[in-house]
Amino acid sequence: MSAELGQIFLILALVLAALLSVLPLVGAQRGNEALMKLAPSLAIGQFVFLAGAFAALAIAFLQHDFTITYVAMHSNLLLPWYYRVTAVWGSHEGSLLLWMLLLGGWTLAVAAFSRSVPRAFTARVLAVMGMISAGFLLFILFTSNPFERILPGPIDGRDLNPLLQDVGMIFHPPLLYMGYVGFAVAFAFAIAGLIGGKVERDWVRWSRPWTLAAWAFLTFGIALGSWWAYYELGWGGWWFWDPVENASFIPWLIGTALIHSQAVTEKRGAFPAWTVLLSIAAFSMSLLGTFLVRSGVLTSVHAFANDPERGLFILAFMGVVTGGALVLYALRAPRIMTGEGFDWVSRESALLLNNVFFTVSAAMVLLGTLYPLIIDFMGWGQISVGPPYFGAMFILLMTPVVLLLPLGPFTRWKRDEFTRILKPLVATAVVSVIAALLVCAWLGTWSLRAVSGWVGGIWLVAGAVTYAVRTSRASRSGLARHQWGMVLAHAGAGVFLIGAAMVEAHTFERDVRIAPGETIEAAGYRFTLHEVALVKGPNWRADEARFSIYRGEREVARMNPQKRFYHRGGQTMTQVALKPGVFRDLYIAMGEELGDSGAWSVRLHVKPFVRWIWGGAVLIGLGGLLAASDRRYRQRQRATQPGGARAEATA
Amino acid sequence: MTPTRRKRLALVAVIVLGVGAATAVAITALNDNMLYFVSPSDVYADAAPPDRRIRLGGLVAAGSVKRDPDSLAVAFMVTDGRHEVPVSFEGILPDLFREGQGVIAHGHLDGTGRFHADEVLARHDETYMPPEVMRSLEAAGHPPEASES
Repeated sequence: MSAELGQIFLILALVLAALLSVLPLVGAQRGNEALMKLAPSLAIGQFVFLAGAFAALAIAFLQHDFTITYVAMHSNLLLPWYYRVTAVWGSHEGSLLLWMLLLGGWTLAVAAFSRSVPRAFTARVLAVMGMISAGFLLFILFTSNPFERILPGPIDGRDLNPLLQDVGMIFHPPLLYMGYVGFAVAFAFAIAGLIGGKVERDWVRWSRPWTLAAWAFLTFGIALGSWWAYYELGWGGWWFWDPVENASFIPWLIGTALIHSQAVTEKRGAFPAWTVLLSIAAFSMSLLGTFLVRSGVLTSVHAFANDPERGLFILAFMGVVTGGALVLYALRAPRIMTGEGFDWVSRESALLLNNVFFTVSAAMVLLGTLYPLIIDFMGWGQISVGPPYFGAMFILLMTPVVLLLPLGPFTRWKRDEFTRILKPLVATAVVSVIAALLVCAWLGTWSLRAVSGWVGGIWLVAGAVTYAVRTSRASRSGLARHQWGMVLAHAGAGVFLIGAAMVEAHTFERDVRIAPGETIEAAGYRFTLHEVALVKGPNWRADEARFSIYRGEREVARMNPQKRFYHRGGQTMTQVALKPGVFRDLYIAMGEELGDSGAWSVRLHVKPFVRWIWGGAVLIGLGGLLAASDRRYRQRQRATQPGGARAEATA
Repeated sequence: MTPTRRKRLALVAVIVLGVGAATAVAITALNDNMLYFVSPSDVYADAAPPDRRIRLGGLVAAGSVKRDPDSLAVAFMVTDGRHEVPVSFEGILPDLFREGQGVIAHGHLDGTGRFHADEVLARHDETYMPPEVMRSLEAAGHPPEASES
């Protein structure tokens, strides 16, 4: 029953989305208040039906309704209830439903929190979001309906992919999608600005908190995905430059450029057209990411579903969205090309430099990700691009960013002097280098990567702290929230850098053969295997190795990695044992039993500072959220407009 | 030309130069890090690029996996239905590595036609077949039947 209900809800949501994409827009163009006022109600209605459809699918999972194909494929009687709920977004159809639910949620939030924004503008924003909704709902209903039935249904379903039976998987897709879909808001604001023709600084200011929030969620989502891959895939890496990881990283890089260019456009009115273009690019890249993941055109560890028809639909949808936006941009952009002048050394130039580095990085990742596709399409063979390409390019592009970043916040708008900017930072720089060398001496890590990682990381953190101290001393009210957000995010980048450099430079990693009773020495630790026992779980059984880890004479940890066998699907899965720590992680993954000797192949890792990678990412994301919560972005604009002639370029 | 305009032009020139240089570096780095996909038939026909790290893909031949009980050395055959290539590897194989299933190995060929893998990949989903492997199997006239385990 719930399947039919869910289906009806989806269709109703589509009807409302279609109305939302037309009526308020007509109202805004004609100045019809009644039509504009419809937008929030339609947004509420759309969200309610989407939530209903989502609930219907969740209930089908909880009630083991195996007559629904999607449920039968991704759940079974033994699956615990919490994984049955998360199985809703465990695969293609359901994850698109989640995508839609979040889009509905963002639309609702825009409708609810835009009281300070003129009604005509909100109406246009919501209409653009309605168009995106309608497109995606058509996609779901025609190519990826989660409510399709198989009759008669099987007695028991297959199983949720064991890799997805995990707590990281509960939160990773929702957070990532919050970010992807959140960029739809920035996109809608930019398009609404273009449609209105009255492009002024205001739309950028209204759009900033949404963009920051979306970017923060994307940061959390990517970090969580990286953490999940680290402990779940059993390889012990934290980033693989896998096409699907890249697909989420490209929008993040563009988003990083966007939040910085928005600052310039809002504060100084400079490069507004560029900001509009980045808003379009961020969402287009999110759509491209969805396309790459969902079409299966790329060889990827993530390739869950591959269906060319779906890929084609997304590609066409992306073409319409991006193409339409760019045409509109081309028509309207000449009117908004009104930057204010600025000097070589100025905050504008600094942020422009940031934008150059981040967009070039995004282009570089995009190139590496699509290159195999292009080569294959041209018939030049089948290739793949190795991680060293991305690593080398990233170090090259991000080194100047790290060196220059602490200077940015100290730079004045419009015109500044290098010597004035550098003055407060000279001491910081000297202290950073000395501190980094001391830390490296204490840790005994003298590789180039580790030393430069520490120097860069401490420089970033110390630069952010210097800024916070100086600014709060200079102004009576202390730092504003958005400034705290910036300080936190920039310091987070430093923490991340230290973690990444230490892991890349000093990870101890070895595959060994070990039998019960034996001990292996690794990076100052002794790993002793006591026994390998058989254990049972709700839908699996496993061989479990019992390890004790000693440092000197002291036992620091007991670790029990498992090799699980899932009954229903017949999959084997490595369950990693981790002993996390602030300064190092111990990591054991089981390989396989070697003959009948009782010995196993085992992978041992000692990973220094690996937690700092995600810690830094979390700080970056929190900084974004903190900045987004600044009340400044929600205040009504004062009546005065600087440069009145420029602001009033009405269509 | 006004000073502001000249400044803008200079800025644009710097950006164009920078992007150009970055593109040149990127293309060079790409070419250095490209891994060619090679099927067992390519190896047999000597079409594999020599002295390069390559990706060898195909199915793990049934009954071909041999483990050394005293070390982590493994040997197996990768087949596309027409030809087989012997592969040696030392380390831990992924969970989904199984006889008769698709596999991709990174490594290099030695003079005797043996492939030394330093990395072996099998994919997450057991019904999933790497697209390259799928196509090379089709090219060899052995499209894999959809395996329902």
